[in-house]
Amino acid sequence: MTAVADVRESDLQEYFDATIAHDRRIEPRDWMPEAYRKTLVRQIAQHAHSEIIGMQPEGDWLLAAPSLRRKAILLAKVQDEAGHGMYLYAAAETLGADRADLTDKLIERKQKYSSIFNYPTLTYADVGVIGWLVDGAAICNQVPLCRSSYGPYARAMIRVCKEESFHQRQGFELLMTMMRGTEGQQAMVQDAVDRWWWPSLMMFGPPDDDSPNSAQSMAWGIKRHSNDELRQRYVDMTVPQAAVLGVQLPDPELALDESTRRYRFGPIDWSEFKQVVSGHGPCNDERITRRRAARDDNAWVLEAATAYAAKHSA
Amino acid sequence: MNDTETVYDALDQAHGGEGQWAFGTGFDDPLAGVDTTVPDGVDAADLGAYCLMLGDDALVLSQRLTEWATRSPELEEEVAVANCALDLLGQARLLLGRAGTCGVLGRSRSLATESIPDEDALAYFRAPDEFRNHVLVEVDGGDFAQTMVRLLIASAYRLAVFTRLRDSRDPVLSAIAAKGVHELTYHRDYAARWVLRLGDGTAESHRRAAVAVDALWPLLADLFTATEVETRLTGAGVAVDPGGFEVEVREVLGTVLTRATLDAPEWPVARPSPGRAGSHTPELAPLLAELQGLAREHPAATW
Ligand SMILES: [Fe+2]
Ligand SMILES: [Fe+2]
Repeated sequence: MTAVADVRESDLQEYFDATIAHDRRIEPRDWMPEAYRKTLVRQIAQHAHSEIIGMQPEGDWLLAAPSLRRKAILLAKVQDEAGHGMYLYAAAETLGADRADLTDKLIERKQKYSSIFNYPTLTYADVGVIGWLVDGAAICNQVPLCRSSYGPYARAMIRVCKEESFHQRQGFELLMTMMRGTEGQQAMVQDAVDRWWWPSLMMFGPPDDDSPNSAQSMAWGIKRHSNDELRQRYVDMTVPQAAVLGVQLPDPELALDESTRRYRFGPIDWSEFKQVVSGHGPCNDERITRRRAARDDNAWVLEAATAYAAKHSA
Repeated sequence: MNDTETVYDALDQAHGGEGQWAFGTGFDDPLAGVDTTVPDGVDAADLGAYCLMLGDDALVLSQRLTEWATRSPELEEEVAVANCALDLLGQARLLLGRAGTCGVLGRSRSLATESIPDEDALAYFRAPDEFRNHVLVEVDGGDFAQTMVRLLIASAYRLAVFTRLRDSRDPVLSAIAAKGVHELTYHRDYAARWVLRLGDGTAESHRRAAVAVDALWPLLADLFTATEVETRLTGAGVAVDPGGFEVEVREVLGTVLTRATLDAPEWPVARPSPGRAGSHTPELAPLLAELQGLAREHPAATW
């Protein structure tokens, strides 16, 4: 028996609480309550899965990108998302999780990913709109996470957010170019905005009065702002950008509230959100099937790497 | 500072920063700042034709590698294969752009609208028989073993070309080669590491690697006979005669195969490359149809 093991759990809890209260970071080797660890693993894994599944909708346009410059931009972006997934899985591994195991849970549908990626990309304008709206919403969600109480997650977020801001800029630049192009291109952009606007609002999660885990996550400093607060910031940031672009956001109730200087928007169709989250969106099966195929069809490659390493580890 | 400001700051900084941009994704003309005058005594048509050969090799292989996106064995491979594809795409853009400045655009320039840059006119508005790539880079990717064996062959070959082109009398080719040598060294070493793991891994991976080697080895026959264009440009100090480094490439590949416990098939007898003359396998047309389809559907669009 060492002295460390004699330290009472209540002391550890006290130290943990004080660290959170002083807005300092919890690091991998620090003691933490089991529920904190579990909540973080679930959140970070879900985030990592979203990065990886999120490669697919845009990745579907890689081979057909309409110019070599656009192909290079898109390929670099999709590659960045793989990198984001890697940092995040690595952050989850500091909490004792295992990347391969988390991937299995994703494929077995035991863990979720952002439901926005269950919508199809129908035209090349979708690539621009995903950059502008989806990466834009991701930034609003993630910038506060750069101050998350868990150190490795916070640090991963800083790196991720910088790259997401490039993605948003590139998406917006593609849309600006298309809006200066032919009538057909302009119509493509408007159509894509019509399809992605509401799902992008749903990326912030259910409304606060229907978000059971939020309060605990806020108390732990894992989450910094409520879903509704972040959603409002996103709307406030995006409406002026839509005006610059010259597109209509598909919400007749969208209007500036002169007293608060914030935008009011119409009701969100949460029944659609629940459908998609529960696995019944347009592309849920396709996304998981492809991830499963990447794992299973190439299992022999990883087995070879393991066997080779075993033979050659002197 | 509140978080809303941080969001805007992050976006603001993005406008000034350069480091995050992958090569070739910038907004500038990729050949900006390089002297594009064709050197004295060099036939511009020859130089343009040569750039098409090297550019098409890179473009077509890049497209094949990109087929792995979201389907790779591991996230590390996802990133590494995309990296190779991006590097080759960057090389292709510069080389097709150089072909454009040499005036080698043919029909593609009149099929594409004026707002479309030369690199895209050449990539998107040529027919399969106008492509000058070797057959090696166009055949179907197959499994991960085929992909890595092909990448090993293609990058060992291209590295031999680019190492020598650093001394080309054409300043554009020389600049492209100087940058490309670093990229291709990485591609070759990455592919070689995987060929070792697969060849000397499990019985199944060894079997697959051996199948890949047997399938791809005959295509080495195409790589080492100089076209007339290459012969003339080699004389002018601009290009290299691939016959001059056949032994070197053979040694590189032989070393990797031996260490990978794979048998090297008989080295094929060199013959003129059908691909360099515009004669391709049926696998090229569908690859190009996918690459070109959207751009051709909207010929008046700018992207
Ligand atoms: Fe990301
Ligand atoms: Fe992103």
